[in-house]
Amino acid sequence: MAADIGFGSLLITLVVSIYGIGAAFYGEQKKQKAWVLSAKRAMTLVFPLLTISVGSLVYLLLTNRFEFEYVAKVSSLSMPDYLKITALWGGQAGSLLFWSWLLAGFTSAVTLRKWDRDQDLLPWVIVISLATLAFFVLLNTFFENPFVSYWQTSEGITTAFSRPPGGIQLFPRDGSGLNPLLRHPGMIIHPPMQYLGFVAFIIPYAFAMASLITRRADDRWIQLSRRWTLWAWLFLSLGLVLGARWAYDVLGWGGYWGWDPVEISALMPWLAGTAFLHTVLIQEKRGMFKQLTMVLIILTYNLVIFGTFLTRSGLLSSVHAFSKSSIGPIFLGFIALNLIGSLWLLNKRWSYLKSRQVLTSFFSKESLIIISVVLLLGILVTSFWGVMFPKISELVTGQKVTVGPPFYERVAGPILGGMLMIMVICPLAVWSYASFKHLGRLLWKPFIVSLIGIALPLYGGLTRWPAVVAFWLVAFVLAVNAFEFFRRTRVRRKKGQDSLWGSIVHVLKRNQRAFSAMIIHIAVVMMAMGIIGIEFFQIETQGTIPVGGELSLGSYTMVYEKLDIFDTTDGRNVARAIVSVNKDGQTIDTLYPRRDFYYDSNQPATIPGVRSTLVDDFYVILVDWKVVSSEGATFKVYHNPLVKWLWIGAWVFIIGVVATTWPDKKSKPLPVRAR
Amino acid sequence: MINYTKRYLLLLTSILILAALIPGSAMAQGSYPTDDDVNAVAKQLYCPVCENIPLDACGTTACEQWRGIIRDRLSEGWTEDQIKTYFVDQYGDRVLAEPPRSGFNWLVYIVPLLIFVGGFVLLIGAFQRWRKAEPEVSSRKNAKQAAKLKKAPDEYISRVEEELNKRSKG
Repeated sequence: MAADIGFGSLLITLVVSIYGIGAAFYGEQKKQKAWVLSAKRAMTLVFPLLTISVGSLVYLLLTNRFEFEYVAKVSSLSMPDYLKITALWGGQAGSLLFWSWLLAGFTSAVTLRKWDRDQDLLPWVIVISLATLAFFVLLNTFFENPFVSYWQTSEGITTAFSRPPGGIQLFPRDGSGLNPLLRHPGMIIHPPMQYLGFVAFIIPYAFAMASLITRRADDRWIQLSRRWTLWAWLFLSLGLVLGARWAYDVLGWGGYWGWDPVEISALMPWLAGTAFLHTVLIQEKRGMFKQLTMVLIILTYNLVIFGTFLTRSGLLSSVHAFSKSSIGPIFLGFIALNLIGSLWLLNKRWSYLKSRQVLTSFFSKESLIIISVVLLLGILVTSFWGVMFPKISELVTGQKVTVGPPFYERVAGPILGGMLMIMVICPLAVWSYASFKHLGRLLWKPFIVSLIGIALPLYGGLTRWPAVVAFWLVAFVLAVNAFEFFRRTRVRRKKGQDSLWGSIVHVLKRNQRAFSAMIIHIAVVMMAMGIIGIEFFQIETQGTIPVGGELSLGSYTMVYEKLDIFDTTDGRNVARAIVSVNKDGQTIDTLYPRRDFYYDSNQPATIPGVRSTLVDDFYVILVDWKVVSSEGATFKVYHNPLVKWLWIGAWVFIIGVVATTWPDKKSKPLPVRAR
Repeated sequence: MINYTKRYLLLLTSILILAALIPGSAMAQGSYPTDDDVNAVAKQLYCPVCENIPLDACGTTACEQWRGIIRDRLSEGWTEDQIKTYFVDQYGDRVLAEPPRSGFNWLVYIVPLLIFVGGFVLLIGAFQRWRKAEPEVSSRKNAKQAAKLKKAPDEYISRVEEELNKRSKG
């Protein structure tokens, strides 16, 4: 019954979406508002409809209905209820439905805003959003249906939604359970954030296309979609950071980012989206680079779809990829159609978007931003090519190759350094014209302060120059931002009678966007510090030691105290070591690295024991053990300096982005009074 | 190609000479390699089954066997490069973290570089447009007029602001 309701509302969503596309198109062509209004209502309806579908699947998961293939594959009796709910996105069909549901949430929400001033854009926003939704719902309906069940026929066991001729429904007693790697708390939030970030980019894309179709050359679409874009960007960033955290906590290789193809496919839309956010700024302030802004939003949206395709087509193998599937070619077709369609449209409107303005100075804000955009795209191009090359090589030469971390790091490292350098100058640069002299006047004081960033590491015995340069840049960015903030506060205090606190509040309020950008950039610097720490200074060791034995790494020593092996109520066999961490002869912490073995899915998960401080992380993995404890256990130990700053930076980043999207009192339209 | 082989031979000879010069090294024949010695080599290799997971971090039985092979070879006195070559001969280039710099594989290194350079060329183009545009203003005989022209937008903006102020007050 629940499956019928779920699949039924999936079908209705497909019909309603297609109707909405048709009605919006017809209404626009015939200039009949009633049709457009009807299409708008259809678009409002897709979210409640898909909610019914998602609700039905969650119900099936919670009630252990293992006759359904999806439930049997991702759930099991021993799983707690919260994991059964998260199993909604633990497999191919369910996660596609979840994707569509979130997409429907955004498309329905966008109909709820006031459209009075932008009636001409509305039909096209509907067409673009619903076309994307219809595509995904179509995949769910005909290719990856989460509501099919097992049937015994004369030819064996098959899966189908309705009874095949002569089929008898099968009722497996238990399911194979969720992949253990996906049972971590981080997995509860990482995929939803990632998906939210992915799907939210449809809104700015739809507005951009609507603006192109209606031949508008103004910035209205940017104003309309600004908040959507920022939220999309926030979610995508959070998705990436949470994914990194999950990898750090669960994958057990002492790192957070392995340049895995699927990680890269999530990074690519982020790079394009970040570049887009920055060219939007130039377009708003100076009316320049409108064409590039369009190219970037088209790229972002298509990379979102491409990323989803990469993870779902079985083209790539990685920790994230779902099983091999037949939806690959359809996905490629959709991407090709989208990309060619939107680029053709952009080409047609190219001259509308020409700007009369030109760059007027090397050190103007727009020049610096555009350089950083090129740098971001540099990482993007490298990433795209690195991901695709093994496939291309296999097609052309027949030989498979691996494109691993060293390839990407060689490019990403220096580019990150370059971007930090720009972040130093950018807050001080002004729009349209800035001379080097002007910048120099503002830069020399922070520069002197930033030398601490060189002195301290050198004093601490650091000799690797890339690391010294990186620390110096971090200090420089922080110093520039602090000086700039105090300069503005001082100007305010000189002007008025405000108290110190009053003028700080005033400056913050008056420059909300500038300061939230400042917070975001400081957050990026904090994260950069974490990255520098782990990339340059990670050390590791591995050894097999008996109980009471020691393993030393850096200034730390770990002592293997005990090993417990026991079963848990949720179907795990746990081997947990107790390890004490010593420094300078004193025990400072006790860690519990463990290996969980899941009976239902027959898979292990390695959970490290981590002692994390602002200075460093001491990270212990239980690699192997002998049941007879005197033979000892094998541990792999990592020392990861500064990595905590990556996670702290992520929190600061959220604060920054929320601050940018915070409603600004000034921007409310002034009431118009009749004279 | 000749250059490449030459360099390779040079490298190999120097490694061999070095190895011969250091009799007491940890890698010397007879001494048993530590886990860290094994991981240092394994880190640079990828097994064909668990794609994209470096060998030192992979927990599968196959990868454990590979690490066993590395340990054996190390205790027999093989160098890091010899072991890598051994795995390449057995399983192909895909066991290496990066495609070897030869033949078709050069594309993986060159294409992003070309596109990146292309991007900067476009950027330089944008800057040059500015350079071309600038002399038009500066070549005007009447410098004052140019200054006036530059000033013009400011006057315009201040008038707009004035109007807006009036409005919001009224």
